[in-house]
Amino acid sequence: MWLEKISLLNFKNYEELELSFSEQINCLVGENGSGKTNLLDAIYYLSLTKSAFSTTEAQNIRHQAPFFMVKGLIHKNDHDYQIQFSVQGGQKKVGKNNGVNYDRLSEHIGSFPVVLITPDDTDIIKGGSEIRRKFFDGLISQIDSVYLENLINYNHVLKQRNSLLKQFAENNNYDSDLLDSYSDQLLDFGAKIYAYRKAFVSSFFPTFIAHYDNISGQKETVKITHQSDFASGNYRKDFFQTYQKDLVLQRTTKGVHKDDFDFEINGFPVKKYGSQGQQKSFVIALKLAQFDIMKLEKGIKPILLLDDIFDKLDDLRIAKLVEMVAHHSFGQLFVTDARPERTQTIFQPIEAEKKVFVIQQGTVIDESFM
Amino acid sequence: MEYPSKLIEDAVNEIAKLPGIGKKTALRMALHLLRANEERTQLLADSLVNLRTKTQYCTHCHNIADAPVCAICSSSKRDKQTVCVVENTTDLIAIENTSQFNGLYHVLGGVISPLEGVSPHDLNIDSLINRVKDLSLDIKEIILALSATMEGDTTSFFITKKLRDYPVKITTIARGVPIGSELEYTDEITLGRSILGRKAYEH
Repeated sequence: MWLEKISLLNFKNYEELELSFSEQINCLVGENGSGKTNLLDAIYYLSLTKSAFSTTEAQNIRHQAPFFMVKGLIHKNDHDYQIQFSVQGGQKKVGKNNGVNYDRLSEHIGSFPVVLITPDDTDIIKGGSEIRRKFFDGLISQIDSVYLENLINYNHVLKQRNSLLKQFAENNNYDSDLLDSYSDQLLDFGAKIYAYRKAFVSSFFPTFIAHYDNISGQKETVKITHQSDFASGNYRKDFFQTYQKDLVLQRTTKGVHKDDFDFEINGFPVKKYGSQGQQKSFVIALKLAQFDIMKLEKGIKPILLLDDIFDKLDDLRIAKLVEMVAHHSFGQLFVTDARPERTQTIFQPIEAEKKVFVIQQGTVIDESFM
Repeated sequence: MEYPSKLIEDAVNEIAKLPGIGKKTALRMALHLLRANEERTQLLADSLVNLRTKTQYCTHCHNIADAPVCAICSSSKRDKQTVCVVENTTDLIAIENTSQFNGLYHVLGGVISPLEGVSPHDLNIDSLINRVKDLSLDIKEIILALSATMEGDTTSFFITKKLRDYPVKITTIARGVPIGSELEYTDEITLGRSILGRKAYEH
């Protein structure tokens, strides 16, 4: 699968842009703030129907423009797909595939997979448990739609239960049968989600550790542990014992919405004791394992987007990544870098088609094969 | 919108409060009534006022009725030992139209949803429990026929819990592939549940 053409109208800092890419390596170079990452974001948008960085659609529209449009021509399994998304200020997003409107944008997600690696990824390690759950939930949902259904149901019951706990507090009453009705459903959905997550972590781990060993160039004892209230054999009993606490705090204090994934190196949490280098190796290995799993599930290589990662990696880790590129472990690749000469040095020796785009203030001022 | 008369404007505003009717349709209706016989408007107004003032809710099942006890509850031909629990009158009518059920009903008036502020006390759940408790009524089976949504499930769950101490059989309507539909077009969730809830083949 590869993206041959992209065209942007009023997307972020691009007023109008049309580009043709290489099927293999594409380097986007330019100064900070020129729009390299915005271009990667547009590619991300074509795959996931949303930006990787901005939280509202309004932020994706160029300053004072009335709308934006992102269009791409993608080749997959001998078919061409003309994909298009547009948002007119304040209106609903419109998505088209070969001219036909999507009824639901969720139909599109997953058809053209991308994996994005950015400096922000260390949030997976440094941030709260929510980010880690989101990372794993996203992966498991892509593999099994039943998982996503369970997750949606669980979250719905959780909302109802929390709302009920608030009402109990406000009206100063309590009905254990009613609370039980929610608890039982929560436990049923929760047990399934727990089982899925547990099975996924054990199948994900070998792929992850192979990448970690490779990227770090060292043999360290690395561990990913799934922490959950459901891990206890007595989780049902434990759950019912927290009723008093739930009533006081007016929210559900136990359940899979509190799950976490602990990352350890040599017995210590990566979050607290991991060096900068170890943390970077850890997230890159997580993302590359994600790439492998998506490749296996979809039967196609996702498009890989590397945002500014050479700045953050030492020479050894860069060399390891480049080695993977050289061995054609990846499909189409997009790399951003503020330093063109470094990109030149890194990719020059690789035997592949390489195209370099020089970006300046929302326009491409030069494109050439390396 | 500008109206030539205050009387028209008032009528339009009132008609447009009905579900599914906008101001333009309301205006067309108002003008239609003005053109038609005066008698017709009188009949319409009378039927609406009667609907509102004379309609009663059955004291047994909370169905809409013309008398304190509805036609179904007072019928001697119905099986009084089986009670079908439904969300609202439209669901009751839907089941009646199948001609497959000859028991009594109990209309809850909604389903439990704390998020929308609907608690069991806002529904006719207590009166259902009282019907089951009343041994002189001799209710043997409760059929839960609520929507296949999470709120419907929760309500079924709750009623079952409340009735656990009474000698009554609790059943729920079957869920699965619609009759006359192709298997391949059935949504995955329904089909998955149908497989899980399969039953012995009847010859």
